Amino acid sequence: MSTATAAPASVSAWDRVRTYTPPSRYVPVIVTFALFLGMFGVGGLRYEGFTDPQVFLSLLLDNSFLIVLAVGMTFVILAGGIDLSVGSVLALSTVIAAKTLEMGWSPYLSVAAVLATGVLLGLLMGLLIHYFDIQPFIATLAGLFLARGLCYLISVEAIPINDPTFSDWAFKSITVGDYFIGWTSIVALLTVAVATYVLARTRFGRTVYAIGGSESSAMLMGLRVAFTKVGVYVISGFCASLGGLLFALYTSSGWSLNAVGMELDAIAAVVIGGTLLTGGRGFVIGSLLGVLVLGTIQTFISFDGTLSSWWTRIAIGVLLLVFVVIQRLATRRQR
Amino acid sequence: MADTLTRPTPETGDGPRPDRPGAVSRLLALPLIWPLLALVVLLVVNVIATPTFLNVRVQDGHLFGNPIDIIRNSAPVLLVALGMTLVIATRGIDLSVGAVAAIAAAVACTRIVAAPDESAASTAILASTAALAVCLLLGVWNGFLVAVLGIQPIIATLVLMVAGRGLAMLVTDGQITTVNNDAFSGLASGYLLGLPVAFLVALGMVGLTAVLTRRTALGMLIEAVGINPAASRLAGVRSRTIIWTVYAFAAVCAGLAGLIIAANTNSVNANSLGLWIELDAILAVVIGGTALTGGRFSLAGTLVGALLIATLVRTIPNIGIPSEANYLFKAVVVVTVCVIQSPRARAALRVRRPAVAKAGAAA
Repeated sequence: MSTATAAPASVSAWDRVRTYTPPSRYVPVIVTFALFLGMFGVGGLRYEGFTDPQVFLSLLLDNSFLIVLAVGMTFVILAGGIDLSVGSVLALSTVIAAKTLEMGWSPYLSVAAVLATGVLLGLLMGLLIHYFDIQPFIATLAGLFLARGLCYLISVEAIPINDPTFSDWAFKSITVGDYFIGWTSIVALLTVAVATYVLARTRFGRTVYAIGGSESSAMLMGLRVAFTKVGVYVISGFCASLGGLLFALYTSSGWSLNAVGMELDAIAAVVIGGTLLTGGRGFVIGSLLGVLVLGTIQTFISFDGTLSSWWTRIAIGVLLLVFVVIQRLATRRQR
Repeated sequence: MADTLTRPTPETGDGPRPDRPGAVSRLLALPLIWPLLALVVLLVVNVIATPTFLNVRVQDGHLFGNPIDIIRNSAPVLLVALGMTLVIATRGIDLSVGAVAAIAAAVACTRIVAAPDESAASTAILASTAALAVCLLLGVWNGFLVAVLGIQPIIATLVLMVAGRGLAMLVTDGQITTVNNDAFSGLASGYLLGLPVAFLVALGMVGLTAVLTRRTALGMLIEAVGINPAASRLAGVRSRTIIWTVYAFAAVCAGLAGLIIAANTNSVNANSLGLWIELDAILAVVIGGTALTGGRFSLAGTLVGALLIATLVRTIPNIGIPSEANYLFKAVVVVTVCVIQSPRARAALRVRRPAVAKAGAAA
């Protein structure tokens, strides 16, 4: 910004801190972070043991799959699309993993099969959306039905996972002092880190923002619109299947009724994380914070004990509403 | 899309006939021909699998058979799709209908259970009215978010979709509420003039909507809002009121569908009642030829679409595939319909008609 360089040089350090305003693009993420801290603070005041670091670490463990889903969803929403299929693809991944392991495949082969399925489904949806001008909403709706149907075709019943290597992965954790962090949380955080790097530092990431800002402008600028637009759905499909693997590790089973409606949680997390639903603005780190906020609501309700589980859905809905309305008012003012 | 406004009004569900013999291309150009053909193909498949599939007989004073089951089961989707058609015509979408259906069922069932005389017909009527009033409020809420605050419809209705099932659980206190009221269950399992009441209710709503939209200017105003909200406002159309009305209407339709689903099982499970019905409804609307980009709608198309989905759901177990796999076939239908409708695929089809199968991959 030119105003920053034009400021007089004789301001004290305190003045600079006092008058500091963060760049407007970071404001939504900061708001979400403040909300998360605030909720944790209130929880710490109200319930004993809420501020124990292990509570935070289990938050990461219990929501690792949702974090991965939200990362994929962030790419899609940044590019101006939406992906309704992630919940079903996650369920399909758990079923494929469980079924292939039951059939005696090596766990590595099983993981590869799961990830390949996710990538393939994402690729198909991306191609439909870009080359046939089908709305993302309706194409991924077809993906939702397709993945759920495939689940049922493979197995209607839940399949337990008894593979020793798989259970080993599920329970492996790193212990620091009295606290432990599971491998699945580390995978989720690694996904966030890679996604942050890709979006901020690579040509692909910038093209994603450009397409979300204005697809026709991106096209006229000579950016690789087709590649990127299909690419975000491939990434989302990959993330959904990776999330499925984490979910299968978390529950040690595969079931076709897993994760019904989880796409809504992923979208809600992305929105609460400050990503603009019309695309072009937002950060992966915001989505991580969004998932943590959702997870904290859950923790709140389990700590309280008197509130029923359905208050989670209502609270998420209210938060979603507040953020959507704020987003709407903010974008209206800018015009 | 001006040409679509001058098409013959397809208010009747039966297939349009060519007025000149040999006009195959004219027949193929009719708007509803493809979904109707698909419906016929599905019925033929069923008859091949089970030769007695289309048999209808009279039993206990009403008609009985697979076709009757199909029209009875199509009622909830038809109702939801009816409201959705008008919402989509204004270039919107309503994702909350499944949750609204669950709330309606929850309100009606808890009120019936709480009433002093649980089995009285008046109890059922009062409870249903209260449920529909709640739905009207929810629809007004959706309309407020879309029309007044100007939030994208898909996001605005997502809020209620996320929170709605929580609200329904709140009403039923998380229990599966079972009711015992003959008048209420008659809504789903009753028969009038030999036909299922549920289908007659849905058909009545379609007829009413058809009269209101096609015999008055309302339908044209809705389409005008869908084509260009700003221009229609400048032309003196109260676009805000119209958008508000269609969301309220969609919610009431969804509520009615929820009541029928609850009456069918005499119980309400807030978690699963009407799950994914919004997707079925959108599918029915798309099959019926209403474009998701708004600006035109076909109620007859929606009727055919809902019947097609109900027939598909019936076909899957009939030809020996596990009924849960019907999602797979719905996915195939969505993709096929959308690819056929997409301008690019049509252009590819027109240029080289023989290479129909390869046109998709080459585009």
